[in-house]
Amino acid sequence: MPTINEKLTEEIRTQAKALLANGTVAAVIGYSRGSLPMTVKPTVVRTAEDCGKLVWNSFCVLNLANYLPEVLKSVEPPRGPRDPKPEGPLAKVAVLATGCWSRNIVVQTQEHQVDPERVVVMGVASRGMVSRRKVEEQFAGREILTVEELDHDLVVKGADFEEKINRWSLVRDNCQTCTHPDPVLVDVRIGEPASERKNPNPFQQVDEIEGKSSEERWAWFTSEFSTCIRCYACRNACPLCYCPTCFVDDAKPQWVGKSLDAVDTGLFHLLRAYHCAGRCTDCGACESVCPMGINMRMLTKKLNKDVLNLYGVEAGMQPGSPLPLTTYATNDPQKFIVTEAKAVKEGV
Amino acid sequence: MKVFRLSQTELDSMVQGWSQNRRVYRPAAGRQQSAQADCAPGWERVAGSSPLTVATGPSKTSVKTFLFPQPETMQTYTLKSSDPDKGLLKEPEKTTGKQIIVGLRPCDARSVKLNNLPFREDPFYQASLARTVMVGFTCNTMCATCFCDQMGGSPMGTEGLDIAISQVDGTMIAEVLTPAGEELIADLSLTPAEDSDINALAERRKDCPQADSAKLDALKSRDLNKLYGAPVWQALGESCINCGACTFNCPTCYCFDVQDEVVRGQGRRIRYWDSCMFPLYSLHTTGHNPRGQKMQRTRNRFMHKLKYFPDRYGPFSCVGCGRCVQDCPVNIDIREVIHDLLAVE
Amino acid sequence: MISYLPYPVRINEIKVETEDGNLKTFKLVFENEAQRKAWKHVPGQFAMLSLAGQGEIPIGIASSPTEEGHLLFTVNRAGKVTTALHQMHTGERMGVRGPLGNGFPIDTDMKGKNIVIIAGGFAVTTLRATLIYLMEHRQDYGKITFIYGARTPGMLLYQDELQEWAKRDDVDLHITVDREAPGWDGLVGFVPTIAGQVAPSPGNSVALICGPPIMIKFTMPPLEKIGWTDDQVYLSLENRMKCGEGVCCHCNVGPTLVCKDGPVFTRTQVKKLPVEY
Repeated sequence: MPTINEKLTEEIRTQAKALLANGTVAAVIGYSRGSLPMTVKPTVVRTAEDCGKLVWNSFCVLNLANYLPEVLKSVEPPRGPRDPKPEGPLAKVAVLATGCWSRNIVVQTQEHQVDPERVVVMGVASRGMVSRRKVEEQFAGREILTVEELDHDLVVKGADFEEKINRWSLVRDNCQTCTHPDPVLVDVRIGEPASERKNPNPFQQVDEIEGKSSEERWAWFTSEFSTCIRCYACRNACPLCYCPTCFVDDAKPQWVGKSLDAVDTGLFHLLRAYHCAGRCTDCGACESVCPMGINMRMLTKKLNKDVLNLYGVEAGMQPGSPLPLTTYATNDPQKFIVTEAKAVKEGV
Repeated sequence: MKVFRLSQTELDSMVQGWSQNRRVYRPAAGRQQSAQADCAPGWERVAGSSPLTVATGPSKTSVKTFLFPQPETMQTYTLKSSDPDKGLLKEPEKTTGKQIIVGLRPCDARSVKLNNLPFREDPFYQASLARTVMVGFTCNTMCATCFCDQMGGSPMGTEGLDIAISQVDGTMIAEVLTPAGEELIADLSLTPAEDSDINALAERRKDCPQADSAKLDALKSRDLNKLYGAPVWQALGESCINCGACTFNCPTCYCFDVQDEVVRGQGRRIRYWDSCMFPLYSLHTTGHNPRGQKMQRTRNRFMHKLKYFPDRYGPFSCVGCGRCVQDCPVNIDIREVIHDLLAVE
Repeated sequence: MISYLPYPVRINEIKVETEDGNLKTFKLVFENEAQRKAWKHVPGQFAMLSLAGQGEIPIGIASSPTEEGHLLFTVNRAGKVTTALHQMHTGERMGVRGPLGNGFPIDTDMKGKNIVIIAGGFAVTTLRATLIYLMEHRQDYGKITFIYGARTPGMLLYQDELQEWAKRDDVDLHITVDREAPGWDGLVGFVPTIAGQVAPSPGNSVALICGPPIMIKFTMPPLEKIGWTDDQVYLSLENRMKCGEGVCCHCNVGPTLVCKDGPVFTRTQVKKLPVEY
């Protein structure tokens, strides 16, 4: 009896093969098997024969929308920066997308990074991706040699141990609190659709931090980001971070210092989070790829909460609608400018 | 060379003794809650008497942080107009006093030697090296991601260490390898190892995976341009997200950038880790970028480790610690890259 | 042991070289007499110009070792440090670290040979140093041909000196501009075209070519046509540099470090490298 993931993998291969074979798309962005337990490799497949490489499992933590603009460019005929756009329709690219990734494709479309006409979304309902870190923490100090995935459990084996653990207990925090597991865009459906999940408070972790005193919050912030090595994996794994020159890299003017000084590191994380406000879909890629295990996702999650409360918007949920923070409306909330203390004094 | 027998208590009190008047660092246990001000992420300063145990495999971050700190002050200066020395760059105050690194693995110790090839004339690296004493733990177990033996090292290797501590059949044996190591134990009364201990250690060393670089050394004689043009780079470059997780946690990546920092008229010129994965690394002021594409940058990192560095200095710039394999967000595995490159005719 | 500490120097003179004001020549004098005496460089070498609070930039040394007592650097205003440098005044302090790199083979391959110098735009700086050196040691070299082009007459560097050199009969000078311009009665045409017309003989000769990549690319065919080989042609590469001492890796072109192994290479050497410059 094949597992859910084995069935999905088979379906992905079949559909990808068909899309490439009949010329609908020139490339498919998916995942291939990783060389270590709990890893997969984002892979671009360009021929029907290569589709056998594609896999699907609970460790697909990187957001494939991140690759979309570049792969779209790679299937265009080569041209110089000043050459005109070639005439006629350009080749299409298929991409696997769960709920959050598909919302990122919506955001990319709203921000004119991606031409939706050229994207074939292979929609997969997410069952929640497993956090490799959570699994490793369960076996602290012991090396995990294989992880076998069953439908509802993981079987984790080492040289001298074997344990079966409930899968959901190891699912990433962002997936556990996610309410939109099903893709908002689907051109080719993989597996069964999923219904919206009920979650009375997706922002519980944020509320907990907000509930602390300012000293405690500062202590949390300084401690959380103190181990950052400035490798920028969080930024580079993020489909929202596509600036040709990131503010941290700018030399003229230099906004942020380059050392591991706590002020510079903190500034990088805060500014990056603010750049993602109103655009972040809480896909969790930043947190999943951090080699130092920093929970920088808490910052974007806090901003997601604010954007939802101020504008009633969740990024990427309404394809046709404008982005909340790049569009001006006269009835925009002003609470973020007028501080509460000021508002009370001035009776706003 | 002196060889001693150590109990866990003796080891702990020895390390604690060092920490009384010297800076002693060890790999942080588990997910570090907070980096200390004088210490790099992934390491903690030994204070108090907690027992010294080190998890299997290499530490989370590499030892290079102590030899090639992030950042290193190269010069200081003032920009205050009232000061006659305005704009005059001066040597920074020298950091003195020994630092003792405890619990590093043979792979990291070897990386210090390898980095010493490009840094052999570098005053800052040499100064750090001179004040660093390395007390390493050899490995009884190789992790699935370890491949030190293939890169010319060994899990029981002592190259680069001042004191090597091995566990052999439940006995802890310390080999004091250098004068700097001898200085550390000068005032201690330790139990000399029995001949049987020494024999057992030699036996273990003989049985463990040996440095066997014959297979990979074949790579060194491959034609540079053929490796450069190998088809493997395209797919790798497509997967790579060009972050610095591999380079920053790599013990043998040693590129640096230089920047000035000024706070209230007082300035310093620092060097700090850079990564050839970043587009800015090779960007000209004109806007031209010789490695403007992601694939070119991914290729450069591997070519540097496996071809350019050996062409220049002899050995590969890789000790097989496997950190990059562990930490790569997209599972780019240098062992697979080597495998694919060996297939290039 | 490498020293990363720049020598303190003062700006003694600033000369605006070009009509657009983007190129200035800075005459720098050492603050420390011992350091001035110890400084020895070869034409083609570069140095790090150092501005406290701004950073360092690698710039070719425009003065010849025979011009004792000061150093000249002609700097294009482009990035952060050069912009700051352009705002500096005479008398102000800055730093120089070097000399760095290998320089042209003035004492080896060039000795006793005819020298053809081909320069385009502001890449002429280290070739000015070379020409002055050659003229000071005139008997050590054969025929000297100097071909130099800029976009407009106003974009030519070292204009006073060009007039002086033109008067000499031991240097064959060809100065050209890209297009006809009012008041210009000299050569008109791109550097490769002029090089093709001048067609210096390759026999017992060495060519030094510095300029934009496109100029170098188009200068080679006419030279090859009359028999020049890659071993006879010296080029100077540029890449982003940080340490200048072959440590930081920034300027690597394959296994070659431009700052340490170069910046001067024969065309044969360059052709063996990956095109990462």
